[in-house]
Amino acid sequence: MTVATPTSVPREELDDESGSGRSETTVAWLFILPGAALLFLFIVVPFALAIWFSFTNQRLISPLPTRVVGLDNYLGELSDPLFWRSLWNNFRFAAFVVPFQTVFALVLAVLVNRKVRGRVFFRTVFFTPITVVMAAAATIWVLLFNVNGLVNGFFEVITFGNFSPDWLNDPTWAMWAIIVVSIWQGVGFQMLILLAALQDVPNQLYEAASIDGAGPWRQFTNVTIPGIRNALIFVLTVTTILAMRLFDQPTLMPSSPGGPLDSTRTTMVHMVDVGFGRQSIGRGSAIAVIFFVIVLVLTLIQRRFLKEEAS
Amino acid sequence: MSDAANGMERVSARGVGENPVWRWVIYAVMTVFAVFFVFPLIYMVASALIPDNQVLAKSQSLGALFPTPFIGLENFRDAIDRAQVPRVFANSVLISGSIVGVGLIVNSLFGYALARLRFPGRKVLVGVVVALIIIPFEALAVPLLFMGAQVGWLDTYQIQILPFIANPLFIFLFYTFFLGIPRSLEEAAMIDGAGPVTVFRRVVAPLAKPAYATVAILGFLFSWGQFLWPSIVTRGVDVRPLPVGIGVFATTPPVAWGDIMAYTVLMTLPLLVIFLIFQRQFVEGVSSSGVKG
Repeated sequence: MTVATPTSVPREELDDESGSGRSETTVAWLFILPGAALLFLFIVVPFALAIWFSFTNQRLISPLPTRVVGLDNYLGELSDPLFWRSLWNNFRFAAFVVPFQTVFALVLAVLVNRKVRGRVFFRTVFFTPITVVMAAAATIWVLLFNVNGLVNGFFEVITFGNFSPDWLNDPTWAMWAIIVVSIWQGVGFQMLILLAALQDVPNQLYEAASIDGAGPWRQFTNVTIPGIRNALIFVLTVTTILAMRLFDQPTLMPSSPGGPLDSTRTTMVHMVDVGFGRQSIGRGSAIAVIFFVIVLVLTLIQRRFLKEEAS
Repeated sequence: MSDAANGMERVSARGVGENPVWRWVIYAVMTVFAVFFVFPLIYMVASALIPDNQVLAKSQSLGALFPTPFIGLENFRDAIDRAQVPRVFANSVLISGSIVGVGLIVNSLFGYALARLRFPGRKVLVGVVVALIIIPFEALAVPLLFMGAQVGWLDTYQIQILPFIANPLFIFLFYTFFLGIPRSLEEAAMIDGAGPVTVFRRVVAPLAKPAYATVAILGFLFSWGQFLWPSIVTRGVDVRPLPVGIGVFATTPPVAWGDIMAYTVLMTLPLLVIFLIFQRQFVEGVSSSGVKG
């Protein structure tokens, strides 16, 4: 990795003035300026606009002037069954994916953390799907979940032909297809984070536990789990936030985004449908603000837990 | 077992490793997992090499994992002709390349100023950056769409690049990395008369190669796979990136599954090869993303 030399900001003559505090301040602001301008323009301004628009009837293109409508957008959303349906789908997805994917990632990490032959090979294989971008992964799995696809071929064998749903066209099963793809593509990332944490647990702790007569399971629950507590909290919250952001799979996999019968419609699918599809920037912004508040709460919970550990 | 054995080795030796039955069970479990992760990729490649009408016809048997009847690269030619894959691929390279390349400079300069330079408002700015990390891009998409439409940027490269260059998480990663570099090296350079700019270019940046590698890898993974934003700000094929390209191609009649799988191979294979070559850096980069929490 070559380090790019800064081209736009620095000027050589500044180098000679390093001693004085004033020039250090100047240099600091020159270093910060490009990033600060971009952060302001593309995070701070749109964030402020999201809050402002959420109280107006702003549309993407409209001949009529924008009006302040107070809480109408929020009240409208909170009384819209479609909004609650979307939130419920995020919850349904998270309720399974968060615990399952975390445990699965931990199992994979423990397996490849053992000093056995082939661990690098298996680690590579477990991690490979992360290089398949979600849009491509979703496309491959659409074919696999086809009613006559390989997944049903598998179930036909193990259930003697008693189970072959039309996954992506069946409201009962569509979300499960999305769950499988998400885990397939994402679990390798969590595995690596947990693996790094496992390798940081001091060996003396295992030795001490072993001398005290703790078996492998006791060592796992009393040494390993507390030792990787922070990484586990990190993985749990990041996976929960990712579950809130679920968009690509429910947009690409069913024959219509969020379908069938809104069974995979998520908050983000709903927001894009309202804000972009129906061009209602005001209402879409209200959904964005609600979404942000949920993510904020999740993040604060995470930081709370991490703080407890530190103290 | 040698007495210098580290804890893990002894755990596995005493607990399960010594028992050959257990060892084979564990290998069997790992193999089952490996099959789960790999078979979709084999299936993708196999389906890209057989006639379109055969893909669905044989998709329910294990024969689907073998490319018979083999038709060479015909599907690839069709996909390239029908969906302008090279153009879309170049769009993705341009967009992700700009985000990562310019982002490395902008974010590392910002992080360095926060970590090392003294100026009024530094502490406040660190707090602002940490606060901005919390805001997910999705919460900004709707107003950004409006802003983009106002200035006539829809269907352009810049609307896909500029919002993602400055990244508070990456600024923070650089900031913490620079804090960890011993000051003595910089001080030595300063005594020799070097100013902050020279110190950064000649001393600090070369030391920070691991941080640059981490940010480059994470930034590339995130930007290369982006779908939501380009799906609402691009219309035509001219500036469309790969994830939108495959989404459109997979749903545009006539749906030819051989061609679609060829498209997914074309967009997946280069990244897969790069990943296998730089595997160590990938693993380290992703691992360190979790450390900070």
